[in-house]
Amino acid sequence: MADMAPRDLSQQIAEVLARVPDPEIPVVSIVDLGIVRDIGHDANGSWVSLTPTYTGCPATAVIKQATRDALDQGGLGHVDLRIVLSPAWSTDMITEDGREKLRRYGIAPPEPASPEVACPRCGSRQTAEVSRFGSTPCKALWRCLACHEPFDRFKCH
Amino acid sequence: MQPNHIEALLEVADDSLVLGQRLCEWCGHAPTIEVDLSLSNLALDLIGQATLLLDYAGEREGQGRDADRLAFHRDAEAFRNSMLVEQPNGDFARTVMRHFLFAAYANPLFEALTSSPDARLAEIAAKSIKELRYHLEYATDWLERLGQGTEESHRRVAEAYDWHWRFVDDLFFDSEAWKSGAESGLWPLRAQLRPAFDETLNAGLARAGLAEPKPVWPIVGGRLGKHSEHLSSLLATMQVLPRAHPEATW
Ligand SMILES: [Zn+2]
Repeated sequence: MADMAPRDLSQQIAEVLARVPDPEIPVVSIVDLGIVRDIGHDANGSWVSLTPTYTGCPATAVIKQATRDALDQGGLGHVDLRIVLSPAWSTDMITEDGREKLRRYGIAPPEPASPEVACPRCGSRQTAEVSRFGSTPCKALWRCLACHEPFDRFKCH
Repeated sequence: MQPNHIEALLEVADDSLVLGQRLCEWCGHAPTIEVDLSLSNLALDLIGQATLLLDYAGEREGQGRDADRLAFHRDAEAFRNSMLVEQPNGDFARTVMRHFLFAAYANPLFEALTSSPDARLAEIAAKSIKELRYHLEYATDWLERLGQGTEESHRRVAEAYDWHWRFVDDLFFDSEAWKSGAESGLWPLRAQLRPAFDETLNAGLARAGLAEPKPVWPIVGGRLGKHSEHLSSLLATMQVLPRAHPEATW
């Protein structure tokens, strides 16, 4: 794809990445979650850098493989895949779009500014933490005191 | 990085690895489903941190050993973890107390490592510290709950403190390898982390209503590869599969 301008190529790579779902929360893509750090080009071709959410997150290996497969099938030539740790991933890197998708999926998105957590089902802020650890490293278990439903909350990290 | 600095790096990595492996033993056995999930999550964090640190140690060593090689193909005497983290889980109170003591030590350590001139180490620490803060909060919450809970839970957590206290000096032991790295400015001496640890410890004990532990003779040696018998059995479980099938991939 040497004849394509880097800007167009970056755009095409970004489109491919936007279709790679998070293996544990498939409604959001790795772009929504802020796992894709950067896209660039150098003398050896294009590259994509990814950053893990949690050091021990078992999804990281799956994400890397899924991204590799998506890029290989994208027909964009060789794209190098890099893992970067710094700056450390934080929930601030989740996009607005990603937050909305999480909410609609029934997961309260992280809201660093607010001490209250809104129920993703009924919107009530009368909620309580059940357990600081949930079904995956990134989530805590909460329940709504208004509609009485339990829900996952994406932990601020 | 000098060879003995790599050795010192293993001290940090092995603490995380061994404690992570220990916590995995709770999976399916914890008092409640929430605790079960919590302990597994703590274990995942620790094993993730260990993987980053061991991979780095292996790279610097330059003999082709990666995290898996270092985790699964070293014998007990090559491990540099403190004896605290290899102690059996015991009851839930012992597990909580062990984790509290470890997290109270690991927090100031990793905080200090974030400003190491070794950029790779600093970025691993910056990633890990965010997780370790959570570990300390979690352990402190449970310490308080057990200490202020029933007579039985208080008795058990006090007993756990008595048991684990003897290994705290081992956690803080400054080996020659560690001192050498400290002289090169890679990290502080562990002795320098002790005031921060003491502060966290005293605050946690006050919340839990726990008194001073019974005086005991401290046991040290983990950083020198001298371990209790418990490490060998832990490693036997952890290493049996990759040792039986060293080239297996899946
Ligand atoms: Zn609700």
